[in-house]
Amino acid sequence: MATITVSQNKWKQALGRLRIPPVYIFLVITFAVGGLLDQIFADGQIFTNPSIFMNMIVRSVALGIVAVGQTLVIIGASIDLSVAYTISITAVMSSFIMQGDPNNVPQAILIVFAIGAVIGLVNGLLITKLNVNAFIATLGTSLILKGIINGTFSNYTGSIPRSFEAFGYNQIGPIPISILVLLLVVFAGWFLLNRTKFGSHLYGVGGNNEVARLSGLRTDRVLIMAHIICSLTAVLTGLFIVSRLRSGAPWVGPDGIYDLESIATTVVGGTALSGGKGGVWGTLAGVLIFGVLDTVFNQLGVNPYLKTVLRGGIIVLAVASYTYRSKREAA
Amino acid sequence: MTTSTFTSSAGASRILRSVWAAIKKIPPVYPLFFAIFISIGFLGQSYQTMPGILNFLRRAAPLAILAIGEMLVLATGGFDLSIGSIVTLVVLGSSKLLNNDPANAIPSILIMLGFGVLIGLINGTVVSYLKVPSFIATLGMLLLVKGGALYWVGGAPQGYLTDNWRFFGREYIENVPILGRFPVALLILIVIAAFSWFIFHRTNFGKQVLAIGDNVRASQLSGVRVRLVRTMAFVLSAVFAVIGGVLIGGYGGVNVTIGEGLEMQSIAACVVGGVMLTGGRGNVMNVVFGAFTMEAMFNLLNLLGLPKPYKDAVQGLIIIAAVAYIALSTRRKR
Repeated sequence: MATITVSQNKWKQALGRLRIPPVYIFLVITFAVGGLLDQIFADGQIFTNPSIFMNMIVRSVALGIVAVGQTLVIIGASIDLSVAYTISITAVMSSFIMQGDPNNVPQAILIVFAIGAVIGLVNGLLITKLNVNAFIATLGTSLILKGIINGTFSNYTGSIPRSFEAFGYNQIGPIPISILVLLLVVFAGWFLLNRTKFGSHLYGVGGNNEVARLSGLRTDRVLIMAHIICSLTAVLTGLFIVSRLRSGAPWVGPDGIYDLESIATTVVGGTALSGGKGGVWGTLAGVLIFGVLDTVFNQLGVNPYLKTVLRGGIIVLAVASYTYRSKREAA
Repeated sequence: MTTSTFTSSAGASRILRSVWAAIKKIPPVYPLFFAIFISIGFLGQSYQTMPGILNFLRRAAPLAILAIGEMLVLATGGFDLSIGSIVTLVVLGSSKLLNNDPANAIPSILIMLGFGVLIGLINGTVVSYLKVPSFIATLGMLLLVKGGALYWVGGAPQGYLTDNWRFFGREYIENVPILGRFPVALLILIVIAAFSWFIFHRTNFGKQVLAIGDNVRASQLSGVRVRLVRTMAFVLSAVFAVIGGVLIGGYGGVNVTIGEGLEMQSIAACVVGGVMLTGGRGNVMNVVFGAFTMEAMFNLLNLLGLPKPYKDAVQGLIIIAAVAYIALSTRRKR
């Protein structure tokens, strides 16, 4: 009897050391329930067809990459509403510069990452140096980007060379490159947050900016850095989308609601909007939940408007599943 | 002799100083609004006449009503992102409920108000009892209401809005002394602003809203029923969104994207009106003028003849500039 409890404790300790965010339970439940519904009401491909299973993850790549950046910013108690139009600008500019010529790929990538860095820098400077509330500052830059891009381009512009489609479509062995890139980005986010000075500083700044500042952190630099990284992840998402679509259009970012959905998945993944708490593994689970839902809805042929309704309900339920026990009042 | 001049000059400087202090106390939204409004007065002749000004206020009224509701939630330290999709629901749902029969106008508006109360109650309950952050709770509600409205009407508007339904948004009260024709929408704004001013600045409810936004725990310990007050704020916000939706639909007619982005515009109007997004600050009059400033800005960009995309860009610039100005000027005061 005693030995059993000891071994149970060992298991608990081991699990505790892995620190799996509770949202993974929600992910498993969503997958199981979705798969069962698919078994009963549709052709049951989710459980049986590996390519559908892979596709489920590929659906999550675009949102997943930018959500990692959003997670960093939210851990710093900030927010970025400009990612959707950063994605659009990237998609349009890269296909415009490439014009189907493989020789233009390096400079296109360089230029869009530079644009992304500037957007992040501007966001960070507005928030830290001009003291503009992050919500309003990034809403403002989002409107500016929207104006610039809609004023310059009105439809699909340019195209990408075949070689660049590899990012969106090719596989290494059985695994699509895009999934590897997503995992790499998540791992990089984890590394930044948990194994670098920048990461601990970011948690400090998000937990209590004033205390962090008084204990000698250059809080402004940390936040500006987080915003630059966030914009760069948005650029990477834009590059992935353009490699899937083969050409960029100004509406690809806002149509995917990448701004609000990246925030939603971050919070579903257990990162607190008030900052200072959370991590990228939870966000990955949040993103995968959305990917699973998408696939399940497609399999079941759910009406697109009903899909939106269900999405809204599930976001709230997923977050409520662990907040309802909290003793503190939410804001 | 010398002493008397000395005292009088001291008195004068004291008066000057107190006048300067009074000027400094004027919230920055008023000079901002009048600067923009006067410039549109120079650019567009119609803004120099009484009917032109009233017409401007009529167009600004819905945003002002939405912004007042949003302010109540922002003041508690929360967000309400669902109000734009509530406007969409009101317009699309009414077009369906009306069934092209004017007799259904009043019942359909009442049903929409009922929906508003329900949506506000759900928002408040999810935030207060399930402890979901309001940003997420109302984002979920945004998707739910928008998707629900489009699902209900099958993705496209059903029929049109009857003239009596549109009365509130576009008609006038004739033969008002001095003013001439007085827009109904503006009258509704005045009633709502007065009501909100009273409950926000003259009742315990308003003080409790601000207390919650300032410090939840402290207000809870001093006996504020946080959950009840917060839920009330969400209900008022949703109901005001329904009223705003009736005015917007009355003025603009049926359109699937009619409510899009209104939540962001309302939040921007509140922030221009001096509301802090962290809660604990708010003033009904300033927020109304914040909304007027936004509307004046849209008009200014129109009059300058900018194409739609560049209007977005300039709007973004102005929002950032206005908020940065307000943030810097309040920091200086401390």
